[in-house]
Amino acid sequence: MSTAAPEPKANMGQPIPRYDAVAKVTGKAQYGADVALVNPVYAYLVTSSIAKGRIDSFDLADAKTVRGVVDIVTHENAEKLKEAKLFSNGGYTSSTIQPLKSADIAQDGEIVAVVLAETFEAARQAAYAVKVNYTAAVPTTTFGSPGTTSAPAKGQLAQFKEDPKVGDFAKAFESAEVKITAEYGTPAQHHNPMELFATSCVWNGDSLTIYEPSQYVHGLKNGVAEQLGIDADRVRVINSYVGGAFGSKGSMTPRTAIIASIARRLGRPVKLVATRDQGFTIATFRAETRHQVKLGATRDGKLTSLRHEGWEISSRADPYAVGGTKTTTRMYECPNIDSLVSIVRADRNTPGFMRAPPEVPYMFALESAMDELAYELKMDPIELRRVNDTMKEPIKGNTYTSRSLMACFDEGAKVFGWSQRKAEPKSMTDGDWLVGYGCATSCYPTQMAPAAARVRLQRDGHVKVQIAGHEIGNGAYTVIGLVAAERLGVPIDKVSVFIGDSDLPPAPVAGGSNSTASTCSTVIMVCEQIRQKLFKATMPDETLIDKAKETVGVGQTPVTRAAKGDRQIDYERAFDALGVSVIEEYGEWKPDGAPMDAFRAMNKGQMRMVGGPEMKDKIAYAFGAEFVEVRINRWTHEITVPRLLGAFAAGRIMNPTTARSQLMGGLIWGMSSALHEATELDERYARYVNDNLADYLLPVNADVPSVEVIMLTEQDDHINPAGVKGIGELGNVGTNAAVCNAIFHATGQRLRKLPIRLEQLDI
Amino acid sequence: MRPFAYSRPTDANSAVQALSAAASANSPVADAAIQALAGGTTLLDLMKLDVMRPSALVDINPLSDVWSAVNLDGGNLKLGALARMSDVAAHADIQKNYPVVADALKLAASPQIRNMASLGGNVLQRTRCTYFRDVSYENCNKRNPGSGCAAMDGFNRTHAVLGTSGQCIATYPGDFAQALIALNATVEIIGKSSARTVSFAELHRAPGNSPQIETTLMPGELISSFSIQGRWPRSTYFKVRDRQSYEFALSSAAIALEVQDGTIRDARIALGGVATVPWRARKAEGLLKGEKFDDALASQVAEAAFEDAVGSKHNAFKIALGKRVVARALHQAAAMEI
Repeated sequence: MSTAAPEPKANMGQPIPRYDAVAKVTGKAQYGADVALVNPVYAYLVTSSIAKGRIDSFDLADAKTVRGVVDIVTHENAEKLKEAKLFSNGGYTSSTIQPLKSADIAQDGEIVAVVLAETFEAARQAAYAVKVNYTAAVPTTTFGSPGTTSAPAKGQLAQFKEDPKVGDFAKAFESAEVKITAEYGTPAQHHNPMELFATSCVWNGDSLTIYEPSQYVHGLKNGVAEQLGIDADRVRVINSYVGGAFGSKGSMTPRTAIIASIARRLGRPVKLVATRDQGFTIATFRAETRHQVKLGATRDGKLTSLRHEGWEISSRADPYAVGGTKTTTRMYECPNIDSLVSIVRADRNTPGFMRAPPEVPYMFALESAMDELAYELKMDPIELRRVNDTMKEPIKGNTYTSRSLMACFDEGAKVFGWSQRKAEPKSMTDGDWLVGYGCATSCYPTQMAPAAARVRLQRDGHVKVQIAGHEIGNGAYTVIGLVAAERLGVPIDKVSVFIGDSDLPPAPVAGGSNSTASTCSTVIMVCEQIRQKLFKATMPDETLIDKAKETVGVGQTPVTRAAKGDRQIDYERAFDALGVSVIEEYGEWKPDGAPMDAFRAMNKGQMRMVGGPEMKDKIAYAFGAEFVEVRINRWTHEITVPRLLGAFAAGRIMNPTTARSQLMGGLIWGMSSALHEATELDERYARYVNDNLADYLLPVNADVPSVEVIMLTEQDDHINPAGVKGIGELGNVGTNAAVCNAIFHATGQRLRKLPIRLEQLDI
Repeated sequence: MRPFAYSRPTDANSAVQALSAAASANSPVADAAIQALAGGTTLLDLMKLDVMRPSALVDINPLSDVWSAVNLDGGNLKLGALARMSDVAAHADIQKNYPVVADALKLAASPQIRNMASLGGNVLQRTRCTYFRDVSYENCNKRNPGSGCAAMDGFNRTHAVLGTSGQCIATYPGDFAQALIALNATVEIIGKSSARTVSFAELHRAPGNSPQIETTLMPGELISSFSIQGRWPRSTYFKVRDRQSYEFALSSAAIALEVQDGTIRDARIALGGVATVPWRARKAEGLLKGEKFDDALASQVAEAAFEDAVGSKHNAFKIALGKRVVARALHQAAAMEI
C-alpha cells in the first residue's frame, strides 16, 4: 500500500494497478490514429477565418500544384450528407451546423474544405495554399455583444426538463432576515484532451470501419450510418483507448461522416488528425455562463429562500444548455425556491458537455453565494452547510439514497486543519504572502444507463469479458476486470477485458459519470448468470442440473437469490456435471426506472440515462467537501495554491488506486477552472484567440504541489447492483468556488467572474 | 510545412556560405529563404504554422563542438551561441557569479525546451502574438508589412506597453535577453566576409515603422557567442506569470547591483514581458547610483522605469504590475547575501 494505492476501507475493492498500465507506459497501447492503414490518403482540414457570412469562391490552383495532392473537397463537390439531429435533442451529433453543405458560414473555424494527399505534409502544405474568398458579416460573439437573443431553455431542448421551483420565493425573500444577491460568470473553456480529434475511415465493400477516439462507439456508429444513409450494422467503430475526452468525444462531430464519405469516394482509407487549434472549433466546448443567485436566510443561517437564474451561450443553430439548476435547487433544505435557465444565442460553434457539465459552472455560483452568506452571518462556512443539510431534496421531497456530505466536511476539515483558520478575512499572513482557506460542497448525480455484456468462463478459470465500454483514462478496463474477477472468484490476471469496439455488446456513453455503475452492474448480472448455472450444476437435485444444462449458452436467465453472494462453487464438479468446457453468457441490464424502450434505444446508440434528481421516488448523488489554501503575494498579486484537499463519499469504490487518480485529476482541473483555463475571444470576430496548449493555460506540476484525496466508506444499496455512484466528475465540482472563497478569506475581495487573474486583485 | 532543402555543414565558414547563398539585403533576416537551424524550438513551430516559409535550412548543430563553450576566464564570461539553455542554467560558476543569467534561463520554457534550445536561438525567438502566429489573420505588420495590426484592437492582454509603435505592440517574449542587455553584454557575429562585435542592446530593433525587421543582423550572419565583462554576483531575475512554470512573463525584471558600504555604485535594470524588445530602463537605473537603497527609492525607480509606458485595452495592468515587479526585484537583489 502507498499513497498512490491507498489501503481499501470497507466497501472498497483492491487497489490494483491499471489493467492497461504497462501497455500505456510502454507505448504499446494503440490509439485511433496509431492504427496502420493500407495505402491511406491523408486529410487536412481547411477551416473558416470568419464566423459569419458566405464563401464567394475558392482559388484552388496553387493548392492543386502541390505534389501528392489527390483531391480537394469543398461544398461545391462534397456528397450531400443526411441531416443529423442534436445529441441533446435525442439524435447523435454535437452540432447541426453541417459543414460542406452550402456556401454559408455559421461559426469561426467551420470546415470549408478537406485536402487529401499522399502524405500528411503535402496535405498540410496544400491546405495553407487553399484561398477562400468570403463575404463576411459582423458576428455576435458573447454576452453583451449586439445581436444576441435569449429565451428559456425549457421547450427548446429535450434534455432540459424543468426549471425547479417550490413554495413562494418572492415573498420569502422579501421578508428574509439576511439576504445575498450576487452575479457570477464562468468563461468559455475547451476540453483539450491530449489525443487530438482523429478519424480514420476504411471501407471494405459496403462495410465501414472507423478508428476514432469516442466516448460512445454505439452512438457514433449509428450516427454515421444515419448520415451516410447505410445500415448501422455495416459500420464498426474501434477505439481500444481514448487519450482523454472530458465530454468532447461523447457525441458524433460532423467530421466523421465527411471523412467516411470521402473515403468511399476515393476508394481508399482516409486518415484525419485535426490540429490542436482546429479542435477548438470542429468539436464542442464549455460555453460561458452567467448567473444570478439570491439567498435569503434566518439569522441563525437557515435558508428560507433561494433563487438561481442562469444564462448560457449557444450557437445560432442549436439550443444547447447544461442547465445546472436541477442540482443547485436541491442541495440544501429550503422551503421557497425558484429557478430559470435561458439560452443566449451567438454566432459560435455549438457548445457541449465538459467534465461535470452543469455542476462546474452552476455549483460555482451556489457555493460562492453560500460562502458570501456565511460571512454575512459571521458563521463558519461548514456550519452553514450543516444547518442546511438535508436527507430530503426540497423540490419533490424525495429522499437521498445516501448523503455523506457532512461526514466529508468533518473528515476533510480535520485533515486539512480547518480549525487553524481565523474567521476574519485578511487575517492570516506568512511573510509576503496573504493566506486564505476556502471550502465548498462537491456533488454529482448518480446516473446509470442500460448496457449489455458477454462473459465467458473457461474450465481453466480464464475469463473473457466483452462490453463496448470506453477506456478514456477512467480505468474502465481495470474496474470491469476487477468486478468479473470478484464475482467469478478468479485472480484478476486470468481476466481479459474487451471494450472500445461497437461490435461488442452495447454500453452507454462514458459520460455523466455513469460508466462504472452501468458497465459493472451489467457485468455483475452476467457473472451471476454464470454462477447460477454452476451453482445449480453442483446441487444434488438432478432436475436442477438438467435445467442448468438447458440454459448453458442461452441468453439471460433470472438470477436466483441462492446463486448470488459469495458462496463458493466447486468449478471442477460443476463443469463435470454440465459436460462442457466453457460457459458463455450474454445479458442486458437496465437500471430501475429506465423507460420501456431502453434496450431498443441502447441498440440504436441512443442514451436513456436515469438517476440523479430525475428518479421517480428517490434522489441519488455522490458528495464531497473540498478545501483549498491560497497564498497571494502582497507585492505581485500572484495567486498560488499550495494545498488542495477533497474528501468524497461515492458509494462503492471499485479500485482505490484508479479512484484516487480520478479524484486528484478532478481537484486539479477544478482549481484550473478557477485560475487557469479560459478560452479568450476576439470580440470583433467571434474567434478563439488562445487556441493552443501554450496559451490556453493548464496547471503544471509546479502549480499543484500538494493534492490530497480522502475516500470515505459509504454503502448505498438503492442505486444499482454495483453500488457505485460514479466519480468521474465529482472531483472537479466546487473547487472553483473553494478557490474564490479562499481568495476572499485571504484578501477580503470577492471575485465572481472566472478565471481569476492577478490583475483582478486590488489589495 | 513546405518542403525545404536541408544541409549540415561542419564548419562555421561553410555554414555562413550556405546561409548567404540566397540572401537578399532587402528582405528581413527573419523572412530569409535560407534559415539557420539550431534547437529548432521556435523555427519548426513557425514553419508548421506557415508563418516562416524558408526553402532551405542550414543545420548549424555540428558547430556545437566549438560554439557551445562556456568560459569564465579573467573575470569575464563568454557564452557560445550553441550552448543549450539547460547546460548554462545548471553551470555552478554562472549560478554563483551571474545569478541573473542562470535564473533567467532556468525560469524560461520547460525542461524539454531548455534541453534543446540554444542561447543564440533563444535571443532571436519571435513574438507569441496570436495575430502574428495565426496566418488566418490578414492584418499583421510584422508578417505582412503594411497590412495593419490585428492586436491593437484585439485581445492584447499579453502585449507590450513599452517600445510600441502605431504599427506593432507585440511583446518580445524572452527572458535571457533581459540578463544580457542588463549586463552590457556584447554579441559576436560572423558573416560571409568578416566577424563583428556589437553591443547586445543594438541587436534588436524596436518595431517603429518596420516591425518586420526585428534585429540588426545582416542576411547570412550568425551569432557565435555572447560576452559579459566583470562578475555580477548581486544580480537576480524576477519573473511573474500566470502559472508557476512553462509560461512567458507577464512582467519580469533583470537586476544587477554593485553595492559598496551600503551605497549603490552601479545598477542595471532590464524589463521583460512588457516591451517590444529586450528593454533597458536606463533612466531608472540612474536614480539608484550613489544612493542608499530603501523602499521610497525602490518606488521612485519603479515609477521611472514605466514613465513612458502606454497600455492597450487588456494589458494596462502591466504598468502597475511592472512597477511592483521592479520594486520587488530590487529588494531581492539588495537583500542578497554574497
